[in-house]
Formats: sequence, structure tokens, C-alpha cells
Amino acid sequence: MAEKGIKSFFGPDYREVEVGKIITLCDDEPLLLASGAEISSFPVAYQTYGNLNRDKNNAILVCHGLTGDQYAAQKHPVTGKPGWWKQIIGKGKALDTEKYFIICTNVLGGCMGTLGPKDINPETKKPYNLDFPVITVSDMVNVQKLLVEKLEIDKLLCVIGGSMGGMQVLQWATAYPESIYSAVPIACAARHTAQNIAFHEIGRQAIMADPNWCGGSYINEKKFPSGGLSVARMTAHVTYLSESALHRKFGRELQDRSKISFGFDADFQIESYLRYQGITFVERFDPNSYLYITRAMDYFDLTSEHSSLDNAFKNTKASFCIVSFSSDWLFPTQEAKQIVRALAGTGSDISFVEIETDKGHDAFLLDEPEFYRTVAGFIKKVAKKAGL
Amino acid sequence: MSLRKDQEVITELIEPGIKVIDIGCGSGELLAALEENKGVTGHGLEIASEKVSTALASGISAIQGDGDTDLQYYPDKSFDYAILGQTLQIMRHPKMVLQDALRIAKKVIVVIPNFGHFKNRIYLATRGRMPVTSKLSYQWYETPNIHFCTIKDFIVLAEEIGCKIEKKLYMDGKGKTRPFSGNGSLHANLFGDFGIFVLSKD
Repeated sequence: MAEKGIKSFFGPDYREVEVGKIITLCDDEPLLLASGAEISSFPVAYQTYGNLNRDKNNAILVCHGLTGDQYAAQKHPVTGKPGWWKQIIGKGKALDTEKYFIICTNVLGGCMGTLGPKDINPETKKPYNLDFPVITVSDMVNVQKLLVEKLEIDKLLCVIGGSMGGMQVLQWATAYPESIYSAVPIACAARHTAQNIAFHEIGRQAIMADPNWCGGSYINEKKFPSGGLSVARMTAHVTYLSESALHRKFGRELQDRSKISFGFDADFQIESYLRYQGITFVERFDPNSYLYITRAMDYFDLTSEHSSLDNAFKNTKASFCIVSFSSDWLFPTQEAKQIVRALAGTGSDISFVEIETDKGHDAFLLDEPEFYRTVAGFIKKVAKKAGL
Repeated sequence: MSLRKDQEVITELIEPGIKVIDIGCGSGELLAALEENKGVTGHGLEIASEKVSTALASGISAIQGDGDTDLQYYPDKSFDYAILGQTLQIMRHPKMVLQDALRIAKKVIVVIPNFGHFKNRIYLATRGRMPVTSKLSYQWYETPNIHFCTIKDFIVLAEEIGCKIEKKLYMDGKGKTRPFSGNGSLHANLFGDFGIFVLSKD
């Protein structure tokens, strides 16, 4: 198995950073994408935590959201920040690394080592940019399945993830029902709604309206659409919060001043906060990756793919634990309930809870003890059922 | 976790290894006991978020949902038993809930607090006010029990729905479970704190 550390570049300065463990997939046979395009001999970056047991039945696949990556439970090589799900992965935590083997891959189309639009197109010897094929959530999951097979794991104990990660979980459950014991889709939906697509479109338009985007070829020009990407992030970030959380954290408090300036500086703390979110995001994320991954989410719709949601889940035998958050307006509880209803009809073992919180969609990444103990109890139950 | 007296009776009524839905399962105490002692496959439905997460944290399968509206999503006879343990009287549509329970499960166990107990009758007759007793401890304006009935009322409903009453028991003031005496329900309806029924409908 080929594993090597490779370097990638980040931000307007094109800073080079090593992105960890990489495996090359599809050397012999290309992978057919939903769009009809094919990819072969492509890199997939992933990280693992804990050890795979002899029976290879203690593996849990963690799926990341839109701008997450494989650094789920360790220091991020670009930002230096702790893993995005450190609260849930680790010794004695809900995803206990003493018991389970945790795998997290960077999604197809991403910018942390897995094949994405900033990589070199072997045909042109230049970055793919917009020649990169449009990818879907099912393509992402097919790549994960290939990696899991390479690791010689027949059946995952669990697939778990929030937001776009939750979509991947649902895709696993419908496309590979025999390959998972359990599924934990969190803060997600079986399809992207018109409102979700609308916000993504605003983000994409912001990136594409930046002259430094150069029709997608900024790498060739050594430029970077920082402004556009930053606005995309600021817009998206608001959708991850809730009105009451914004009020609680910022209210109308002013930023480093005692009165308003009668100008367009960041008078308010919320403005300063959002600008900071935008600036730091630009340092770690690729603008074209943002376009491709948001598109993949927009295209996600299990209902139309399987003619009905009941039909989508008809072969599933997995145990499900569906979690939503009361103040999440991006993926509201109502969407989770659609999944619950469809699954109830299949007679599957299902659990569902709406966690009370004012933290909005981002709650799955934040300190929510009730959420952690729910997941911990569920994982323990399925581990017992799987004979661990 | 300790069980209520009526839940202990339910545990005795249920055969080992079967599939059970507890409608209004709370934090899953009864299901946990049934899974441990009877090896049943349990599933709970509960409206309160924190109770559902407590159930899930202890390894019980449960769905946060409303018995009044969410039973319709379960296929016919998808459970061996449905349990309505002191929950029917808090539903908005008890008749519909009972019908749905009879549809999704082969047998239904119902426990109802008995408003027809002689102490309640005396309370109402002598004081002219809604009974507030140790068993029915709420004032009328704060009680979650929005649909009170007597043991006799429940039997009338069961007949109206056309289901078969397989077992009928009542629990007296000392927490002792007894079969109905004679053919009628007079005795049970006077001395039962709770009525306990096993119902079925093809």
C-alpha cells in the first residue's frame, strides 16, 4: 500500500504544507463518476486514530462537512488548531480510540491532499481548475468505499458525520447497506433545500465575482480571490449560527470603540468576528474546491435518486441514530424527521433525538454534552450488537 | 433504575425475546428492564428531548416523537407488543392512538389511571371539586392527564373499536394486581387505582 506524505499549497501566499497520509487509488481501473467522467491513480488523504482489531470490525468512518478535512482529532498542519471533532474522538470519548479504529478522509474535490481542482491534470500538466469534473456526494462515498476496501475492512462498525458529512452517511446507508453496522447522520437532510442552494449560490457568485478568481485559473496567474472566498465564508458562517446565539455572543456590542464611527469600519463586534472568520478561512481553503464541494451538496437528493425516500432505505439493515439541533435553520429538525419517517417504515432499528440548543447548525462541532452522551450510548450499543 | 408498580406488572405480562414499542417511553426505564430481563428488542417513542437522549445514552433505541401523530409511520404489525403505560390519558386523540397501536402491534398493553375509584367518586360527590388524591395529585388546570376515564369507560371504548380484551386486571391501593371479579367491571372500577389491559385486533 503506497503511503507517503505530500505537500500542498494554501492561501494567497501559496504556502507549502505537508498534508499527511496519502494513498493512491484506482491504479488499475478508473473510477466512474456520477457525471460520466473517469478518474484514475488519484491521491486520497486520510488520518486514522486508534487501532484496527484482528477481526477488523471496530472501524468507524468519520465524514467531514463542507470545509472540514481529515484532521478530525489532531493539530491541523495549516491552521495549527486542534482537530475539528476533538470533543468526540479520543481516549474515553464517545468515539473511544482505545476501542475503535477511527478513519477520516479528505473528500474528493477537497484541498487537503485528496484529488481536487488545484491538483495537476496529468493530461495538461497544469492545475485542473474548472476542468475538474463536477463531483457528487455519491462520488465522495465511492472513493471512501475504495479506501475502506484497501484497508481490508468488510464492514464498518459505524459511519458518522454532520452536515455534508451526514449526507455522506446517508449515501453510505443507501449505496452500501451491507457494508455498515450503523449510521449516525447528524444535522443533515436527505436533500439540499432551495434555501440551502440559494446560500451556496451566493457564496459561489462572491468567489466568481472576484477579479482575482481569473475564470478559475488563479493558480496559473499566481493570484488568489481572497475577497470573494472570504465573503462566501462570512455568508455561510451566518447560516451555521442562530439569531439567539448571535445575540448572546455579540448583541449590538461595539468593537474596540465607545461609539459608532459613522463609517464602514467594523463598528460592531459581529462585523469584526465575521471578517476574522473570512480572513482565516482564506488561509486554509481553496476557492475552486469551495465551488465544487458546495455543488456536490446542492446535487444531493436521495428522494429523486431513488424515486422515494422509503425506497432509498429499503435494503438497509443498519442501526440508525439521527440527531438534529433545535436552533439549526440550515438543516432543520423537520428534514431529519423525513428520514426518521422513511426509516420507521422499513422496520430498521432507529433512534432519533432533537438536541435542545441555541447554537444553530454548528452545534455538532461545539460543546454539547447531551449530544456526546447520546452518540456515546448509541456507539456502545452497536458495538455490543456487533459482538465487540 | 426502579420501575413503577404498573411497569413491573407489564414486565410480567411480556414474553421473552419479542419486539416491543413503548409509546411514551420516558427515559427508557421499562425498555431497559425488558431488554435485560426478557431479552426483548425494544423501541421507544417519547416527546421530551432530554428523556430521549437519556434513553439513547443508556443504549436504548428511541425516537423523539409524538404518539398523537407519529404512529402512522410504522408499518402494520411491526411489533409484537405496543405498550401504553399511563400514556393514553395524556394524548390528544386517545382513540386514534389506541387504534394505531392495535394496527402496528399484535398485542397492546394499556395501563390507565382509574377515575372511577370510589375515593374519587366520594371526593367529587362530597366536595363538589375535581379529585386531588395521592394517586391523582394534580389540580385540574395543571394536570397532564387531559383525557380521564374510568375502567368501565375504557372497556366501552375497547368494544367500540372492536378489539379483543385478552386480559383485564386492576391494581388496588396496595399495589396488588387482581383479576376482575365476576363478569362485570363493577368491583374493579370501584377499587382499582389502575386498570391494566391486554388487547388485540386482527
